[in-house]
Amino acid sequence: MVNTEVLEKKDTRSGFGAGLLELGKTNPEVVALCADLTGSLKMDAFQKEFPNRFFQAGIAEANMIGMAAGLATGGKIPFTGTFANFSTGRVYDQIRQSVAYSEKNVKICASHAGLTLGEDGATHQILEDIGLMKMLPNMVVINPCDYNQTKAATIAIADHHGPVYLRFGRPKWPVFTAPDQKFEIGKAWTIQEGTDVTIVATGHMVWKAMEATNILEQQGLSVELINIHTIKPLDDAAILKSAAKTRCVVTAEEHQMHGGLGDSICQLLARNNPNPVEMVAVNDSFGESGKPEQLLEKYGLGTDNIVNAVKKVITRK
Amino acid sequence: MKTAQELRDIVSQVRRDIVRMVHAVQSGHPGGSLGCAEYFTVLYHNIMEYTPVPFSMEGKDEDVFILSNGHISPVFYSTLAHAGYFDKSELATFRKLDSRLQGHPATEEGLPGIRIASGSLGQGLSVAVGIAQSKKLNNDNRHVFVLMGDGELQEGQNWEAIMYAGHNGVDNLIATVDFNKQQIDGSTTDIMGFHELRDKFEAFGWEVLDMNGNDVEAVEAGLNAAKAASGKGKPVLIVMSTEMGNGVDFMMGSHEWHGIAPNDEQLQRALDQNMVTLGDY
Repeated sequence: MVNTEVLEKKDTRSGFGAGLLELGKTNPEVVALCADLTGSLKMDAFQKEFPNRFFQAGIAEANMIGMAAGLATGGKIPFTGTFANFSTGRVYDQIRQSVAYSEKNVKICASHAGLTLGEDGATHQILEDIGLMKMLPNMVVINPCDYNQTKAATIAIADHHGPVYLRFGRPKWPVFTAPDQKFEIGKAWTIQEGTDVTIVATGHMVWKAMEATNILEQQGLSVELINIHTIKPLDDAAILKSAAKTRCVVTAEEHQMHGGLGDSICQLLARNNPNPVEMVAVNDSFGESGKPEQLLEKYGLGTDNIVNAVKKVITRK
Repeated sequence: MKTAQELRDIVSQVRRDIVRMVHAVQSGHPGGSLGCAEYFTVLYHNIMEYTPVPFSMEGKDEDVFILSNGHISPVFYSTLAHAGYFDKSELATFRKLDSRLQGHPATEEGLPGIRIASGSLGQGLSVAVGIAQSKKLNNDNRHVFVLMGDGELQEGQNWEAIMYAGHNGVDNLIATVDFNKQQIDGSTTDIMGFHELRDKFEAFGWEVLDMNGNDVEAVEAGLNAAKAASGKGKPVLIVMSTEMGNGVDFMMGSHEWHGIAPNDEQLQRALDQNMVTLGDY
């Protein structure tokens, strides 16, 4: 059993804002750029404290990414901030050529990812960003699970030399990881060990997977639950080790089934140790307006969906 | 500092390098490269201050150049070799497997002098603005130079960067547009005419100068005038009139030689028209 008593709810984007502010104080080379969403990205504290190191790009994301590549060329560590949709799909070629291929030390920080953006609807609910970013050579892709982990990840990526995509979200979400955690890029975190099934979850869906784990444990199943905050580079060893023990895997993510975490896990297992996988993800559709919890239910990303996926995958062993 | 005659001799060698490189692999972009030979030569020999060896990516306390229209890589590579960034013998590897001289400039192979990949058009000005801002943060009073094609200005990202640089007074930036009025499918007049560049840039808050790009003395005077106009609260644009294919008569004035290579006979004619050599690679 894992502890799902909700002590506090905070948005992961505020974790980013807090991490960025701390970096501003500790690392003089860190600079920030934002495309007219300073409040939404929680970058206002950094802007106020370090106005000379903050660049307001206006509603012009392509130029923002290019400027970040230039600032990195000049030795700075730029953090760009806008919604996940405008951080990836809108500027894919700029990221590909000026950042990833050019090996620039740019941190692309993206809020409002996935369905839990809510009422703004499908124009803003990007569900393809993990896939877009993980396909780029040189790119690290990180999707932390709560406020504390997002803050720790923000601070950690400043010490990694190279392009990083950091994905987080809008809603207030349970805070369950430690405030003083050490964030290690590419290191899986096994929340609970078990023997019947492995659940691999990322981002907001880690909390849903914790709720599902407790339901399954009450029904007599032994669940191994892994938080994958780094989708690329993937912690192959940890996943293969767990799958060798449980011999079946369920993945859970707030992203399209095509191109996301589940897709990476399937490829890893198929090439090394084939075992059945069920994927809890959006099945090739756009989202819509609604409340975050309603949307997760409607698009098959609820706690029950994870429970059912586990029951199904166990029968396929 | 080089004399005008010394600069013209280097230009002749750069033209020889361009046509030989493109001929050797039967691919590449000779037209725009030839048109910018004087600009590159004057910029790297008489205007910018820099240390080629060891090459510093950050370029702190150096003048920095960014090429946005990356397809004119032959003139860039030849210039970098003659400026001492790498040995000219490496020009023989242009566009070949395992070369540091990629078809379009790239950083991944570690070629000294290249600070950003370019080729997908419209991205270099934003990068140059970012480097210019990093120089301001570092209290580094050197300049950032960037070259763009005129057809390339059809890419919308340029106008985001033009707006940003004007609004924020990025006045350590000296941009040049290669105004040769040609692009792949024909003349810019026919495809997307926007010849009022001065009015457009001035409306965005830039200082605009005109320059004949195919005369070394005019280029030197123009670039020095741009430096004098910098540091006054506005980014500086040079509208540089050039002839595509300049120095090789059958390539001049036409978009036809944008991206095709000369055959053996055409190569010889091009070399015969540029007899002065400092030693071919």
